[in-house]
Amino acid sequence: MLRIEGVDRSFGDRKVLDDVTFSVERGRLTGFVGGNGAGKTTTMRIILGVLAADAGTVTLDGRPLTAADRVDFGYMPEERGLYPKMKVAEQIAYLGRLHGMERGAAMDRARDLLDRLGLTERADEPLENLSLGNQQRAQIAAALIHDPQVLVLDEPFSGLDPLAVDVVVGVLAEHAARGVPVLFSSHQLDVVERLCDDLVIIAGGRIAAAGGREELREAYGTTRFELTTAGDVGWVRELPGVDVVEFDGGYALFEADEATAQTVLAEAMRRAPVRAFTPVRPTLGEIFREVVADAVPEEAR
Amino acid sequence: MSVTAPAPARTDAASPVRPPRPSTARVALMVAEREIVTQVRTKSFIISTSILLGAVLLSILLGTLLGGRDTTTKVAVVGDAASVVQEVDGLEAVEADDVEAARRLVRDGEVTAAVVPDDAVLGYRLVALDEAPEGVVAALSVAPEVELLEPSGQSEGLRYLVAFGFGLVFLMSASGFGATIAQSTVQEKQSRIVEILLAAVPSRALLAGKILGNSALAFAQTAAIAAMAVLGIVLTGQDEVLTALGSPLVWFVGFFLIGFVLLAAMYAASAALVSRVEDVGSVLMPATMLTMIPYFGVIFFNDNTTVLTALSYVPFSAPVAMPMRLFLGEALWWEPLVALVLLVAACAVVIAIGAKIYERSLLRTGPRVKLGEVLREAS
Repeated sequence: MLRIEGVDRSFGDRKVLDDVTFSVERGRLTGFVGGNGAGKTTTMRIILGVLAADAGTVTLDGRPLTAADRVDFGYMPEERGLYPKMKVAEQIAYLGRLHGMERGAAMDRARDLLDRLGLTERADEPLENLSLGNQQRAQIAAALIHDPQVLVLDEPFSGLDPLAVDVVVGVLAEHAARGVPVLFSSHQLDVVERLCDDLVIIAGGRIAAAGGREELREAYGTTRFELTTAGDVGWVRELPGVDVVEFDGGYALFEADEATAQTVLAEAMRRAPVRAFTPVRPTLGEIFREVVADAVPEEAR
Repeated sequence: MSVTAPAPARTDAASPVRPPRPSTARVALMVAEREIVTQVRTKSFIISTSILLGAVLLSILLGTLLGGRDTTTKVAVVGDAASVVQEVDGLEAVEADDVEAARRLVRDGEVTAAVVPDDAVLGYRLVALDEAPEGVVAALSVAPEVELLEPSGQSEGLRYLVAFGFGLVFLMSASGFGATIAQSTVQEKQSRIVEILLAAVPSRALLAGKILGNSALAFAQTAAIAAMAVLGIVLTGQDEVLTALGSPLVWFVGFFLIGFVLLAAMYAASAALVSRVEDVGSVLMPATMLTMIPYFGVIFFNDNTTVLTALSYVPFSAPVAMPMRLFLGEALWWEPLVALVLLVAACAVVIAIGAKIYERSLLRTGPRVKLGEVLREAS
């Protein structure tokens, strides 16, 4: 488990990270979400040791991280960095060799990764000849070449088409399944919602919420329910303690506490066959807006 | 969650066998290898090196041909005057029937001058077209014997040429490969690959590899130029020059190597201060000036013993000035050794400071990093 605890960091007088604390579990994809300038990149650079924290610790399985541990990390920086004029497979193999791989083994693995990421045909071209999306894939290969023990990826999905996102997610999930803690940042909330197991939301340099995806949705869920029956559900509006948000023939979206909702369900079953009755979970976007609104004081926005 | 790839069974670590971490020296070698391979593969490098080598060889060959070492001046002779020309080196007699015929030859440009019988003191006079033929006059004159109390080792022209050659080779190599190091440093910063590199290897290994790779290239190029110069000299049969130039040339290559490492460290450290390729020019100013000093210093003062002696000890100009003094035969045997020790010491100091600057500036992006700021962090 990768644990970030009480990390502070200021640039000049501006405090960009304030007591940042969260964990990245082994075997799980952890999404790191936050607005522009919320502190995602700074946090990631501190995890990688590229930037020093003013206070706080980063530990792996309870031990403070050393430079030697970090060598085994896979890192994809926010601003993509590879040699523009070097051939793709060659430079990925070069990075592998810097990590101690033999020349041949590094090249084999580079080609293997590029195959899996769909870059087989572009492997021997200079990076600058590739489209942005393909450069992005090459960048992911660069982060994975040395079989990293921890993966930290800053916006790995930006600029990828939906199919490429699926390919990349597949590769990342494979690493997670092998027990590698995977942390990735993104502002594409729908993507994060679809694929991450755990979620960390940062706002204004503070952790606004952290936990499992479902737990968060539950915790931040409002008491809304959806009811669909074969008959008309106009009667719901008459019930005390029920606030109907949307209504259309056999469909109603209403707010009520749990007990009232159950009486609504019982009543509905008595009147007509019930097709669906579900508590409505908020989307990540909704949670994000709510959490961020709470976390960032008025004057700061 | 949509997962397209099959998930293999979970283990505690991603891989049971980790490759051993390479040592700093091995990483430096890998970095050096990349620098060399990348550079050698570029068209501009191949073309510029070929042109440079060709130019060196050609200039020596042409210089000899045009210098006219074996050419003779044709002089028309009439009658008894032929005997005057016969024993003179550099003059070739062309028999003319009479004075008129000789004058015609001069007019036609067939000969530079004509020696015709005359009643004056010498018994002959010269006929020329529009000005006195000084070469012929000199050849026919009797010059007094000259005794030089302090003969110069080499002629004025050769002296200038050698100063120019050493200076030019050093300037071109140092500024060329210095710029390459600077470019490569800033490009790594600008493309942010430096973040990935530094996550894997120490910055010292990166700097060492960069200096090593580019120094090796610069050294190889300089050695090739020296070899080409020797080849040219041998081809034109100027063995005596080679004897005079041989040992200074070896010293030059040695001095060059260390002098280049010194400049390379400066170029890399300077370039690490900026984040964009466009800003390289201004930040390299001090390093560029220090590269130019030996070139202009030695050329301007190639006949001023005092200044040349001073320059031959200053680390930045020693690679050019000391071999120059050796060539002139002005340096005592221990002098190059002392200069070399000074150079090595300066090199060590500059590398130590340069490595600090490099390490501290590499991850700082945005506006140019202030030198004082970087160095102050040290305390």
